[in-house]
Amino acid sequence: MGSHALGLVSRLVERLGRTTVRGVEEFGFAAALLGETAYWIGVGRWRRQPVRIGAVFEQMMEIGIRAIPVVSILSATVGAMLAIQGIDTLRTFGAESQVVIGIAIGVTREFAPMITGIVVAGRSGSALAARLGTMKINQEIDALTVMGIKPVRYLAAPALLAMVLMLPALTFWADAVTLLGAGLYVVADLGINLRAFFDQTLDVLVVGDLLHGLAKSLLFAIIVTIVGVVNGASVTGGAEGVGRMTTRAVVHSISAIVITDMVLAFLLTR
Amino acid sequence: MRPAAKADSPETVIEVTDLVTHYGPRQILNQINLSIAEREIMVIMGGSGSGKSTLLRHLLGIEQATSGTIRVLGREISTLSAAEMLELRKKMGVAFQGGALFSSMTVGENISLPLREHTKLGQVTMDIMTRLKLEVVGLAGFENLMPSELSGGMIKRAAFARAIVLDPKLLFCDEPSAGLDPVVASAIDDLILRLRDGLGMTIIVVTHELDSAFKIADRIAVLDKGEILKVGTVEEVRNSTNERIRNLLNRHFEDEPVDPDEYLRRLTGEA
Repeated sequence: MGSHALGLVSRLVERLGRTTVRGVEEFGFAAALLGETAYWIGVGRWRRQPVRIGAVFEQMMEIGIRAIPVVSILSATVGAMLAIQGIDTLRTFGAESQVVIGIAIGVTREFAPMITGIVVAGRSGSALAARLGTMKINQEIDALTVMGIKPVRYLAAPALLAMVLMLPALTFWADAVTLLGAGLYVVADLGINLRAFFDQTLDVLVVGDLLHGLAKSLLFAIIVTIVGVVNGASVTGGAEGVGRMTTRAVVHSISAIVITDMVLAFLLTR
Repeated sequence: MRPAAKADSPETVIEVTDLVTHYGPRQILNQINLSIAEREIMVIMGGSGSGKSTLLRHLLGIEQATSGTIRVLGREISTLSAAEMLELRKKMGVAFQGGALFSSMTVGENISLPLREHTKLGQVTMDIMTRLKLEVVGLAGFENLMPSELSGGMIKRAAFARAIVLDPKLLFCDEPSAGLDPVVASAIDDLILRLRDGLGMTIIVVTHELDSAFKIADRIAVLDKGEILKVGTVEEVRNSTNERIRNLLNRHFEDEPVDPDEYLRRLTGEA
């Protein structure tokens, strides 16, 4: 009985150890990949391995422009939701006119970057992982290597550049649409006009609030790309493997976004 | 049969010495020695699990060896800088087993990709060179199709066109006739012979197809369980008396001798 329990404990510890080692290994791989991607973006042109501008624009279209409808709908909805809850809560103190302060700061610092990050992780992080995974199992990555084309430079670098440019831009758009969504509800409920709502919002907001959100979205852009590429590049075992790693990419990048957001909110707000 | 390894050009283009490789803790290749002469068609033949695909990946420089050296066109590949490796890669073409065409590009874009990445040619020149290579492989007029619109044999042909677009000295083919019907497979074999005769390439073919190997090979290297059993001409391999080679040629599965104690330990999970 005693030896049985001991065996169980030692097996648990072994499993924990293995998982930890694998986690550290993957983290190291991600860091190296980020470094290599940045390297090719920076010096590729002088090493006769330039990052193709066309590929960057193609990715920007896919990651940024095509995400505008869904980001807009979600932003407007979350904005209205914030206004509903905010007014309802503040009404208990008879302070519903103060709702604008909470909305303005909450949206620019937290909600817009987070919504945009999650949408892009779901749309483009998964697409990136699936595309790289499929290319890996079809030997297309090997084909690039033997042609003397660095896969990181050809596949990861345009995605990273596009993501880093488009995610803050989308976040800025989401800022505006979320505030509009909130404003429309406030106007309807409190009977002020939209002009007054936006005047008050701009009074409350400082540039720092916007930058707080945009800086986070920049970090989310890097997280979504690297997590997508790492998972796509680690695909083994056919179509099933592609599906598994695509799901993993989305789950990991959304988790990483939420956790990073909390840590940064703590560090930057206090 | 055509004459074996050309006597008038004995220059060695690939030289593998004492190559040992592992996948994790498992040894895949054991003491491989192989030299390939210019303008010959060398077939690396073996069953699945023999290590032939691994050997190919090492010749292509996309896998790290445990020990031993590989010299390609006189350069030892493990010592090359990134820029030197790039120069060497431009002299090597690879036709992968499944074609490995980029599914988001047309056939023409696939074939011209090495030109676009490694040369400063204008679009018109690249288009002409792409059509030229499509003519060579018998796919003229297909440049605007997507890879998903091609049949199995056409995908292999397009992969050959992409592999030879920079006029490489070395052409590697991974299972060129696998998964094709006999007529199409035989046409691919003819294509390989034509590429060697017409363009003067050295061609390394990895395959498990006996018929194809005997048809195209100047020399055959027989690989089994990570070891080279024999390197020789088609006749020499056909007439070999080595039991493992005979089993391979007769499609005979080799039973491993079983030690009863070992067998029991395996079954009880104590091994």
